[in-house]
Amino acid sequence: MTAVDHAAGPAPELVESFESTVRHHDRIEPRDWMPEGYRKTLVRQIAQHAHSEIIGMQPEGNWLTRAPSLRRKAILLAKVQDEAGHGLYLYSACETLGVSRQQLTEMLISGAQKYSSIFNYPTLSYADVGTIGWLVDGAAICNQVPLCRTSYGPYGRAMIRICKEESFHQRQGYELLMTMMRGTDEQRAMVQESVDRFWWPSLMMFGPSDADSPNTAQSMEWGIKRHTNDELRQRFVDMTVPQAEALGVTLPDPELRWNDERGSYDFGEIDWDEFWTVVKGGGPCNAQRIAHRRRAWEDGAWVREAATAFAARQQGAEGASA
Amino acid sequence: MTGQVQGEWPLYEVFVRGKRGLNHVHVGSLHAADDQMALRHARDVYTRRNEGVSIWVVRSAEITASSPDEKDPLFAPSGDKVYRHPTFYDIPDDVPHM
Repeated sequence: MTAVDHAAGPAPELVESFESTVRHHDRIEPRDWMPEGYRKTLVRQIAQHAHSEIIGMQPEGNWLTRAPSLRRKAILLAKVQDEAGHGLYLYSACETLGVSRQQLTEMLISGAQKYSSIFNYPTLSYADVGTIGWLVDGAAICNQVPLCRTSYGPYGRAMIRICKEESFHQRQGYELLMTMMRGTDEQRAMVQESVDRFWWPSLMMFGPSDADSPNTAQSMEWGIKRHTNDELRQRFVDMTVPQAEALGVTLPDPELRWNDERGSYDFGEIDWDEFWTVVKGGGPCNAQRIAHRRRAWEDGAWVREAATAFAARQQGAEGASA
Repeated sequence: MTGQVQGEWPLYEVFVRGKRGLNHVHVGSLHAADDQMALRHARDVYTRRNEGVSIWVVRSAEITASSPDEKDPLFAPSGDKVYRHPTFYDIPDDVPHM
């Protein structure tokens, strides 16, 4: 980072250069000067995003050993592996802002940083694997596509890679549900039951309504976010309703109907009490998800140490023979 | 380019050649205990869908970069040499193959 006299504030030409870059929809890169608030907002958002990918492996990983066929198992394995990859792209983007990987992991397992609340809901049947692909990854795509143009270079580049892979996630989920809908009455009921549980939490993935989202204006001014939460939520609903019709499931919202005037679907009010309860740690699986992540981190400590010791010994051997 | 945290594996930058005939391009970074592990991790993290035919990894600490502060003095010399570009020269439209 550039040396700045904090008492005097940043030099005006630094501020001007930053603001003009953002204004021209150009990208900020890691070693450019940036306001501390911009850096902090990015660290929080990218970390939360990375943590979501990592925790997001759990609800579906839960079904890996019980996949109904080898084909479904191979697909699910590839998908869960992708989530790990996405977490890693994002962690490395976040590290360019001067946070270490270790700090990020610690902030996740201590609860100092959050991850998407959707992963605090349980996966009770195999249909959930399909529903998560269709609705949860579908909502994620809505959120993520505009982030490919975010003002921070490394974040945007990570998002481009992620979006390319996310389309497979959504399509495999939808195809899984289509297959089940062509099956028995019992299988169709499983799909409907799963959609009933995941519809509202999927809408909550876009965050609080614009009125309760005080950081949005600043984030948009900085070019970090390109659309408000409510805009993206509406876009998701409009995209999803015809998909639900094609699939033959009912979305559990009696107020959902086409509004000719707006050219969009109207939908019911989200249960914001439930939203805030889950955000604050009171969801069905919050404690379990973090405990699992902590255990994986602690159980892996000897592997990390052994690899470090092996690397040091190899280096020593090379040094001796040289 | 950032200092290493105590106990953390060093950071590597990853470059992938998408296909024969193209340059290696920077795709991101990762942590690994040593060079061989960095290559293996790069394969798993950055080439799960045939994105590459060749990978380079290099410790981030080994990279020397131009500083954004030097932007002007470092890149200014090329700024006023417009005659290095073909469009600097006016050639009549009826001269072929130019």
